[in-house]
Amino acid sequence: MNGYNFAYLDEQTKRMIRRALLKAVAIPGHQVPFGSREMPLPYGWGTGGIQVTASVLGQDDVLKVIDQGADDTTNAVSIRRFFARTAGVRTTTHTSEATVIQTRHRIPEAKLREDQIIVYQVPQPEPLYRLESSRAETRRMHGLADYGLMHVKLYEDIARYGQISISYDYPVMVNQRYLMSPSPIPAFDNPKMHMMPALQLFGAGREKRIYAIPPYTGVRSLDFDDHPFRTLRAPHACGLCGADDVYLDEVVTDDRGGRLYVCSDTDHCAERRDAGHAGTAAMQDTAE
Amino acid sequence: MYVTVKGGEQAIDAAHTWLAEARRGDPAVPELSLAQVEQQLGRAVDRAMGEGSLYDRELAALAVKQAQGDLIEAAFLLRAYRTTLPRFAYSLPVDTAAMLARRRISAVFKDLPGGQLLGPTYDYTHRLLDFTLAADGAPRPAPRAEPDDVVMPRVPDILGHEGLLEKDGGDEGEPGDLTREPLRFPAPRDVRLQALARGDEGFLLALGYSTQRGYGGSHPFAGEIRMGEVSVEIEPPELGFAIDIGDIVLTECQMVNQFKGSKKTPAQFTRGYGLVFGHSERKAMAMALVDRSMRAEELGEDVTAPAQNVEFVVYHSDNIEATGFVEHLKLPHYVDFQSELENVRRMRREVARQAEHAEAAE
Repeated sequence: MNGYNFAYLDEQTKRMIRRALLKAVAIPGHQVPFGSREMPLPYGWGTGGIQVTASVLGQDDVLKVIDQGADDTTNAVSIRRFFARTAGVRTTTHTSEATVIQTRHRIPEAKLREDQIIVYQVPQPEPLYRLESSRAETRRMHGLADYGLMHVKLYEDIARYGQISISYDYPVMVNQRYLMSPSPIPAFDNPKMHMMPALQLFGAGREKRIYAIPPYTGVRSLDFDDHPFRTLRAPHACGLCGADDVYLDEVVTDDRGGRLYVCSDTDHCAERRDAGHAGTAAMQDTAE
Repeated sequence: MYVTVKGGEQAIDAAHTWLAEARRGDPAVPELSLAQVEQQLGRAVDRAMGEGSLYDRELAALAVKQAQGDLIEAAFLLRAYRTTLPRFAYSLPVDTAAMLARRRISAVFKDLPGGQLLGPTYDYTHRLLDFTLAADGAPRPAPRAEPDDVVMPRVPDILGHEGLLEKDGGDEGEPGDLTREPLRFPAPRDVRLQALARGDEGFLLALGYSTQRGYGGSHPFAGEIRMGEVSVEIEPPELGFAIDIGDIVLTECQMVNQFKGSKKTPAQFTRGYGLVFGHSERKAMAMALVDRSMRAEELGEDVTAPAQNVEFVVYHSDNIEATGFVEHLKLPHYVDFQSELENVRRMRREVARQAEHAEAAE
């Protein structure tokens, strides 16, 4: 785009962000403060992820952007357009074709590869913020690996509800050292982070923090021996492609309790349907 | 069958087109020129410049027009533009004692060198709607006086002579810049003042007000408020002397606050400081109150109130950050909500199962 550098940010800023990224990769799960810039998109819309993507993107990269697992949600469309416009890179909706995937709230169902980077948009990088509001204090707690507060919270959940009540943004321990927010992905996606072959980068623009999980790093969701971590999904199969091992969106079809469950990962669903899989709703549709 | 809701590029394009049409309003009404906005909505332009951290009246007028008068949106437009600008020099500190003042008042002295200068203020207007404005009434010409060479020393300098008021903070090297470096705590006063100068007027107003109502009060007197033009100078290294690159309008507020002292150190008033782009006394005064209250720890006072909590104030004063995060709640969150739905359903099943179990046992 005329008047702007490749991928919007100037090279000095990208360099500063890449330095923060290198540090983040070297200390898995540790939040690295960085000089987050004001982007032409609002804070909360993925300014951290956008700055990270802008800093790692090269001319030959192929970019995929998803929000809630879908390529066609408004914000995903808007961010994809931003990079198509400012970097002129090729974009795709196919997970397997992408070299860089920017995401909000999901990890794709397809297993990611070593030659891929996944960039998470992070609203609140501090996993302890609900328990301790001062960031000066949480910084100290991370320094000392003082995570008793979080374990007490999980214990209180079990005492109160009989189970851990966190269903998304479920805290993880990275490389057995740092407590980390996986960003608000459903707990269903947490196991995908463990020993993932792809590089995982996290950007929080408003909070001015970057963190990372290098490929093949251990990521453990917090739990107790007698209350092991459990994932949670709607106990149905996708109405369109029939998949019964994926995360589902629940779509309200009428005001009498009618529901349709469909894949949250739209690309995964489309690929399955192309391969001939069909769910009950799709079959009804053909019958009609 | 059900069709997934497509965000779609077409929808976004259509929304933007509609927005542009709504912004223009009825095409039978003449369009606003930037000069009209800049001249006739000056306080809006000032606020956009202050919170947008960019002194450019014409660009600010454009931002106000583009944002349909939404001043936080206007400040956001200016900020996003500002980050793309190269920095070719840093100015020398401006000298507000040399300000060409349009207004200068002190609440702590009846009269003082340079005098009290009321200037273009709303302070003593009766808030009656002026229907002549609705009918294009031209204002009467204001009386004019010849500029004189009266020196207008700043009130802190007057009080400082006797040692009654604490001095300016010393020169602690290069001031920080929170637009380039992330905040760290404890945040030094220069960075705090930068955050306040960019901060939301409404937020600072409420916080400043809270200190007056007992939430960390510091007994302020408005030592002086002045508004007018100051010249901005830079000193290019290849020249070795300062050159004037232009004038900007600033509002400065010096609050004189409760004294400190002990048997050993003589009592002395403390200070709070406010400085903002353009004409905005409300913001400058609120800033000075909050600046002073954030110095509680440094001055050995108890930190009990929100306005004294540096982390709280500095993290939450930025309205571009605040509006982004509050408004992001309207982005889709259905994946997380789905996980919560399943979670609550599971918990309810568990309670129902246990109740059934108990019944069966009876």
